[in-house]
Amino acid sequence: MTVAVTPAPVDLTRAALSVRRRIVNRIATLAIALALLVALVPLALVTYTVVSKGLDVMSWRFLTDNIVNSPRRAGGGMWPAILGTLLITGTAALMAIPLGVFGAIYLNEYGKQKPLARVIRTMADVMTGVPSIVMGLFIYVTVVLAFNQSGLAGALALACLMLPVVIRSSEEMFRLVPDELRQASLALGARRWRTTVTVVLPAAISGITSGAMLAIARAAGETAPVVLVTAIVFRPEWNLLEPNTTLPQQIFNNASQPFAVANQRAWGAALTLIAIVLLATLIARFIASRYSIKER
Amino acid sequence: MSDFVRDLEGSVMATHDRPNVHIAAGRDASPVVPGTPVMELQDVSVFYGTYEAVRGTTLPVRQHQITAMIGPSGCGKSTILRALNRMNDLIPGARVAGRITYHGQDIYARDVDPIQVRRHIGMVFQKPNPFPKSIYDNVAYGIRINKIKGNLDDMVEEALTGAALWDEVKDKLKTSGMALSGGQQQRLCIARTIAVQPDIILMDEPCSALDPIATGKIEDLMHELSRQYTIVIVTHNMQQAARVSHFTAFFTAEVDSAGVRHGRLVEFNDTGKLFTNPDDRRTEDYITGRFG
Repeated sequence: MTVAVTPAPVDLTRAALSVRRRIVNRIATLAIALALLVALVPLALVTYTVVSKGLDVMSWRFLTDNIVNSPRRAGGGMWPAILGTLLITGTAALMAIPLGVFGAIYLNEYGKQKPLARVIRTMADVMTGVPSIVMGLFIYVTVVLAFNQSGLAGALALACLMLPVVIRSSEEMFRLVPDELRQASLALGARRWRTTVTVVLPAAISGITSGAMLAIARAAGETAPVVLVTAIVFRPEWNLLEPNTTLPQQIFNNASQPFAVANQRAWGAALTLIAIVLLATLIARFIASRYSIKER
Repeated sequence: MSDFVRDLEGSVMATHDRPNVHIAAGRDASPVVPGTPVMELQDVSVFYGTYEAVRGTTLPVRQHQITAMIGPSGCGKSTILRALNRMNDLIPGARVAGRITYHGQDIYARDVDPIQVRRHIGMVFQKPNPFPKSIYDNVAYGIRINKIKGNLDDMVEEALTGAALWDEVKDKLKTSGMALSGGQQQRLCIARTIAVQPDIILMDEPCSALDPIATGKIEDLMHELSRQYTIVIVTHNMQQAARVSHFTAFFTAEVDSAGVRHGRLVEFNDTGKLFTNPDDRRTEDYITGRFG
């Protein structure tokens, strides 16, 4: 026969923990907080520097005037570079994003582990690591030498840079869509393509948008290939087949001059570029949230 | 006889006491005779690559009756169920040997389109898997993709009513199906399945993720549905098989001489007979709990 024993009172307070455990806990918490602070320092400094220096020249005229022909002269604006950035990056996005999403659909929904899919996946990974100047050289050899320097050549170079990023990030997003949803759709008599368009794509769209925006932001800031293949202009150029200019190129040009006025323009262009990327991200997020399917 | 079997007997009696009235579904040209086999499995084996998961299964699926498949884990009952509407096609390396006929037609014949098979043989899965869309769109999805003619609103209401969910959701059709409770989600999945007016509904452990109250609702619903549909259900729960089904197939896993486990059909019988007076010793061992 067992006799009911009153259990000894258990000390549940933190003081009951061993000293070592308490010290380790405190150190780990501090280390994590410190790591966060260290990571935030460069971000905060970059933002502060660009905003404070860029605001000195920022004005409506800076956004709308043509670029001055001689870098030592004060004044002038960035409108041709803003237009060029929007045109070239926009064209590159129009080429790379649909192609990349279709590629990701093939890889995740159809190709899976087939040899062709594995080759494409490996190639995309390798392409992600190709330096942008190499991509610029590729377009220089294939397009510029055959025709001439143009905005379109720049867009092609940027599209080549964006494509592997879009493919791989979209594929990851498709992979996150639970298989149960595909099976449910197929069990209702839907074909694979129908399932992909009506179930898988809407479920992955917000993640795909994030990946695509990251690719666009990277491409908008690319300097080397653009310098190589688009030449430079001082007036707004709407025709993609003509030479053009972009904000990163203007930052590079103006920052490498010995004149203070040129350096100021470089800061202004940098601030403009950051603002454009931020704005584009916000717009894309807004659009994606309207199309994506909500939890409740 | 153990208490358990006596309990089962009680529930089997309840199953058989209920009026066996079947309402002919007007949509089908073929005459509805409850009990005639709509599907027949003849010596069906399912392979994953070179591994034979289930071997030599022969059993009929009778019209407007509920056929239950029971057995321990890994006995291949879900595998056989998924072979019935070619869902195994989605698993790389899966292969079916033997013959599965639906109204006399071999569903694995070369010129058979699996989409057409699934259109007539729907499936409800173990885990409720509503689309991340509104309740309305979940039910309307199958109607839209199959281009079924008629008033969409009416068909959605009819399907939700058929799944005993309409009263609970009629005021919030535009909210997400994911916001419902587990039991409601599973009934939504059933509504989605019956919305495309299938002939047969396959259910793969439809209640294993649900609480007893939700389970009771789904079981009641299965009784209702069996008036219009043929149902095949895989379940871990023997009482559930005894409560809802007319016929039961008992599967088990056997280790062959090479030490490889294969699923195998042991006994297919009338549910009442299988649970009270089984033909096979192994069935009796399993339902009385002597088998692990």
